[in-house]
Amino acid sequence: MNGIAIRAEHLSKKYHIGGQQAGYKTARESLMNLLSGSAGFLRRERLEQEIIWALDDVSFELRHGEAVGVIGRNGAGKSTLLKILSRITKPTMGRAEIFGRVGSLLEVGTGFHGELTGRENIFLSGAILGMHRAEIARKFDEIVSFAGVEKFLDTPIKFYSSGMYVRLAFAVAAYLEPDILLVDEVLAVGDIEFQKKCLRKMADLSAGQGRTVLLVSHQMPMIQRLATRCILLDRGRVSEEGTPETVITHYLNTGDETSTEWLFAEHDTEMKSAPSFILRRFALVDEQGRMLPRSIDVSSPAYVLIEGDVKQPDMRLNVGFNVVDGLGNPLMMSYHTDQPEASWPDLSTGKLKLMAQVDFSLFNEGEYKMEFICGLHTIKMFYAQGDSDIALTFEIPGNYHVSPYWVKRRDTLLSPLLEWKTVG
Amino acid sequence: MPETSQLQGPVAGKPTVIEPASGWQALDLKELWKYRELLYFLTWRDVKVRYKQTALGALWAIIQPVLTMVVFSIIFGQLAKLPSEGVPYPIFTYTALLPWQLFAFSLSNSSNSLVGSQNLVSKVYFPRLLIPMASVLPGLVDFAISFVVLVGMMVFYQVPLTARALTLPLFLLLALITALGIGVWLSALNVEYRDIRYVVPFLTLFWQYATPVAYSSTLIPEKWRLLYGLNPMTGVVEGFRWALLGKGEVGGLLWISVVIMVVLLGSGLAYFRRMEATFADVI
Repeated sequence: MNGIAIRAEHLSKKYHIGGQQAGYKTARESLMNLLSGSAGFLRRERLEQEIIWALDDVSFELRHGEAVGVIGRNGAGKSTLLKILSRITKPTMGRAEIFGRVGSLLEVGTGFHGELTGRENIFLSGAILGMHRAEIARKFDEIVSFAGVEKFLDTPIKFYSSGMYVRLAFAVAAYLEPDILLVDEVLAVGDIEFQKKCLRKMADLSAGQGRTVLLVSHQMPMIQRLATRCILLDRGRVSEEGTPETVITHYLNTGDETSTEWLFAEHDTEMKSAPSFILRRFALVDEQGRMLPRSIDVSSPAYVLIEGDVKQPDMRLNVGFNVVDGLGNPLMMSYHTDQPEASWPDLSTGKLKLMAQVDFSLFNEGEYKMEFICGLHTIKMFYAQGDSDIALTFEIPGNYHVSPYWVKRRDTLLSPLLEWKTVG
Repeated sequence: MPETSQLQGPVAGKPTVIEPASGWQALDLKELWKYRELLYFLTWRDVKVRYKQTALGALWAIIQPVLTMVVFSIIFGQLAKLPSEGVPYPIFTYTALLPWQLFAFSLSNSSNSLVGSQNLVSKVYFPRLLIPMASVLPGLVDFAISFVVLVGMMVFYQVPLTARALTLPLFLLLALITALGIGVWLSALNVEYRDIRYVVPFLTLFWQYATPVAYSSTLIPEKWRLLYGLNPMTGVVEGFRWALLGKGEVGGLLWISVVIMVVLLGSGLAYFRRMEATFADVI
């Protein structure tokens, strides 16, 4: 058994969210606060409500050589945890001990400067991440070849494509070779090939070289592939800890969305605001609009139903849904504006009821999650993919096999039943 | 801690302890030393980036003090006929302009440094003190460039170089540390109060009038001299004239400057260290 790499005990972090979002203030405000001492107790009462505990009594231990994934919804405290462990900010309460050199990668390209060349940025970013000059010089060639930017070493990186930028940034951090690597969601960028390369590098760091990796990600397949253990954070607390399979499955399949229907509740004050559109009902239904069972029968037609009130008619309003599988792989996404403009349903007034047929016979056996997504085209998302708190779950059962040959689940994302014919 | 003996290789040893911030923090010189290369890289970045995309590049380091000297020479030397202690007015003021501009540049640069490095402060850990420190040093490059002009002027006006010139680095250090002391104060204040960025231009403007850059400190009545000497930049500017032009004298007032400098830096560091823990949260 290896020694402890990180020991966190009762870590808590309090944030004040004031009337204005920004944390800094002007001297005038501070003066006013001093002067308005008489109204002080009123203010204080109001302020009490604007405190959030981003982390609330979080304790865990990581051993050397472990790769641990941290998952949770937005605002669950994942990033705050990494910020505390990488010493960017201090906890309000609790304490942590870290044994070994820490490298943190909370952002791609920390310290990069657009005016400097690739070569210069490798040294600068390396130094900011805590490497010595000699160390960077020694690893320079490896970093460059990992990033694949040999030809552009002496080009200012403001001329780099975003792909090149990300590759270079990750390469610097990957060769930091810390004992403990803290990574936040950085691989969400970059192309698939490079993501795979990064994953291999991280797997090599943890499994191959016995380094400790703490990884925050929304991408469940990545956590699944890399992590040996998984921690689920919920509203600042550790709500579950265990193997990635159990925690991820639990995370994706529990929560508030355990059925094929979502209904608007008037008392639901935690709902995010989507001023243009208020969703009343989001469900999987049959032709008659009746809610389908959680286990979908792929042989009969099934529909996605979106019902609600259009508050402000807006040409840019998009509503739709997306589907991810039980491991978080995105499978599909659809908007009511996918078709040519002439055939878009009319969203201009009042009550709205949209239906779209979905061919579930394409889906493989397994658990799925369907999220409601909605936004103003190119302006903003009210409910974004991966961040929508309105979601359905359903299951494609494994007992519909019609072939005598193929009865086991295919190890593919989709498993459509195609009609094969001889021609000619 | 029973585990420590089990640790492998480089990870053995004392753990890094993360705890809530607790008021006044001591200056961690050991850690600063560990990050000395980062100080170098941050300085180097500032120097590299500053004149990129400027048509005249490093020439600006000469243009600014030279043009100021020309304007001062016309207004204060020719029109107002201010005394210049027996040396030609242009070299009299240029000798003072060099340390002054170094000081003013370093001061405003370091005051804005933390806020200007938001992305670093909120995304990666290193001793935050490096940021204002690194923003004080690039001024030295400009100083060196404009110093070449001064050497040329000394040849032109046939001002003899004496062994006193060897004391210049001390006055330079006094200017830089004073700038750092105030820069550390203002950069930390700037994180919480963005008013600071409006204060800095005024501060440097008023400070310049309180410093014998364009005029000779002999114009100051004797009874005000002690008060006047509280300004460390008076010591620096007089020191420069003394070392290069052989004018005036450097005496007891200089020690007041040094004490003030130490007080500014010491209190600045203490305040900075106290606020450091919350930088990432409020910036």
